[in-house]
Amino acid sequence: MTAAQQRAVPAAASTPEPMWPARYVVAGRRHETHDTVSLMLRPVGNPIEPPLPGQFTMLYAYGVGEVPISVSGVGRSHELLQTIYMAGAVTRALCAAAPGDMIGVRGPFGTGWPLSAAEGRDLLVVAGSIGLAPLRQAVLTALAHRASYNRVVLLVGARSPDRLLFARELDTWRRRGADVRVTVYAAHADWKGDVGTVAGLIDKVVRDPARTVAFVCCAEIVMRFTARELLVRGVAAENILVSLERNMKCGTALCGHCQLGPLLLCRDGPVVTYAEAAPLAAKKEL
Amino acid sequence: MDVTTAIPISRLIDSRGLADLYDALVEEGYHVIGPTVQDGAIVLRELSSAAELPFGWGVRLEPGGYRLRRRDDTAAFGHSAGPQSWKRFLHPPRERLWSATRTDDGFELDQAGDDEPPRYAFLGVRPCDLRAIAVQDRVLAHPGSRYAARRARLFVIAVNCTEPGETCFCASMGTGPGVRDPGYDLALTELVDDGGHRFLVEVGSQQGLDIMWQVRTKRADEATVGRARSAVDAAAGRMGRQMQADGLRDLMADSHQAARWNDVAARCLSCGNCTMACPTCFCTTVEDTTDLTGEHAERWQLWDSCYDLDFSYLTGKHGGSVRSSAKSRYRQWLTHKLGTWHDQFGESGCVGCGRCIVWCPTGIDLTEEVKALRTERAQRFGPEEQL
Repeated sequence: MTAAQQRAVPAAASTPEPMWPARYVVAGRRHETHDTVSLMLRPVGNPIEPPLPGQFTMLYAYGVGEVPISVSGVGRSHELLQTIYMAGAVTRALCAAAPGDMIGVRGPFGTGWPLSAAEGRDLLVVAGSIGLAPLRQAVLTALAHRASYNRVVLLVGARSPDRLLFARELDTWRRRGADVRVTVYAAHADWKGDVGTVAGLIDKVVRDPARTVAFVCCAEIVMRFTARELLVRGVAAENILVSLERNMKCGTALCGHCQLGPLLLCRDGPVVTYAEAAPLAAKKEL
Repeated sequence: MDVTTAIPISRLIDSRGLADLYDALVEEGYHVIGPTVQDGAIVLRELSSAAELPFGWGVRLEPGGYRLRRRDDTAAFGHSAGPQSWKRFLHPPRERLWSATRTDDGFELDQAGDDEPPRYAFLGVRPCDLRAIAVQDRVLAHPGSRYAARRARLFVIAVNCTEPGETCFCASMGTGPGVRDPGYDLALTELVDDGGHRFLVEVGSQQGLDIMWQVRTKRADEATVGRARSAVDAAAGRMGRQMQADGLRDLMADSHQAARWNDVAARCLSCGNCTMACPTCFCTTVEDTTDLTGEHAERWQLWDSCYDLDFSYLTGKHGGSVRSSAKSRYRQWLTHKLGTWHDQFGESGCVGCGRCIVWCPTGIDLTEEVKALRTERAQRFGPEEQL
């Protein structure tokens, strides 16, 4: 079975009114970098359905607005870890939320990473900058069932060492059996890791291309280079999963904003195979 | 028409019967929406009586042009599509999704959003627009949604078209001029001739039958039924426009790089009129607001247009509008309407009503654009048979 066939597709939203946000409070908050904040959200009343790794929610800051944010972790009591990069008015309001503040949550929406497709194979996770946020839960899930996979390799790219997300967790993941490699675009002389994009590391880590499944989330241009490296080494396009970004607004395939050719990405994505994404990504202004 | 769902009863009514029908619908609690003359156009709004129908009015249409004209008869439905479509009632331009109140611990949603949805009776739905409602149903009628609730309460009086306009091409798109779809409660065919001014009524549902008991009718003689049929058949041959519907999905998929988009971009103002006038365009955005005290917040859903630069806007380091050129936005609209709509919803998003041609301020005619795209593809790849 190809990864495409196994792509995690969630059941249809069960609430009759998917536009109504569920109430959560900020239970914890930490700065990942100077412009990126992780919030731990705890439900007040009924939680949303448990998100699959790779799915996203719509987070609402009271009176300000709503934005799509990927889910980085799910707790035992339905807590959500969501990592937010400050880009506009709503993300600034969310990043400024203090413990105890209420946040609205809708979702979960979209497709997730097909972890089952990687069982018994090499799992290669490629994340650029904020792209690690939607992959964190996939990494944790794979490490929780480490024996189900052959190699688990994580390539993390960042602009500079101080821009790494979840930096403190990377060593934990190494101890739990992941081969974690970090590369940055620019660093001081004391930097011991790689320099360059994640695409440049592909050559060093792909050993058994026919039995490799890759999860890729990074800027679209880096994604294309990464996918090209993988394809050149013989990883099938169906086994390269990418998470795409478009303007997600409703989450329910009703508002039309997230169209990418035939896809309504909030429903048909964000996770799609590169076989689907490649012809679409090649078309300018699609 | 899907004869298996229709109840095989045909009756004749006159304008007195039309008034009875209006009264019966109001008696049943329906808000009767229909065409009427207002501000120099035939608009759709709630009617205060059947006499408000545009008796004796027709329209003259051209790319970028719409004028009322006096007819030389008293026909009430002797006009083709106006600036509005029925979507403004089923899928309103502005709709409050919820409101919330600030509380000590944060905010709470107000439960007042559960108002009983209105019961509309649409009087005078053209076959093209009947299909347009079905097309929007595919997109928007999810169980439990407000759209689905309004839709479930809807009473539809279709009117077969005997008077296609200069920009109409429903025959090409397979949606008219006679009703092709189920989904109507009653279907009228208007006849104004030496036999007088009358309407042949066909019943499409039990509700339609129930209402007809309250309407003064006459038996429909075979000659009149025959005349009504011929009038509708003749309309198919009098379409002002044609568009070859076969292969549109492939044409759109093949035409991403077409030079024609540059040509149309030089004429397109990116105003979005076509998306507002189109009976199937469904895109929306949301607006979050608070009152001055900040104690009360609301979220509103508003019609949006893919011609808006913000429509595809992404924030972040690699952000900006995905479709920043006017060319790419026109291409998105036409490609979605005629092409990727098939991928998403299994049918065409175009019903051939011609509104986008009429209400385009620069008169862009999609039937012409499609012809040009076909020609360009043939020049690039050779005739279609060789593809």
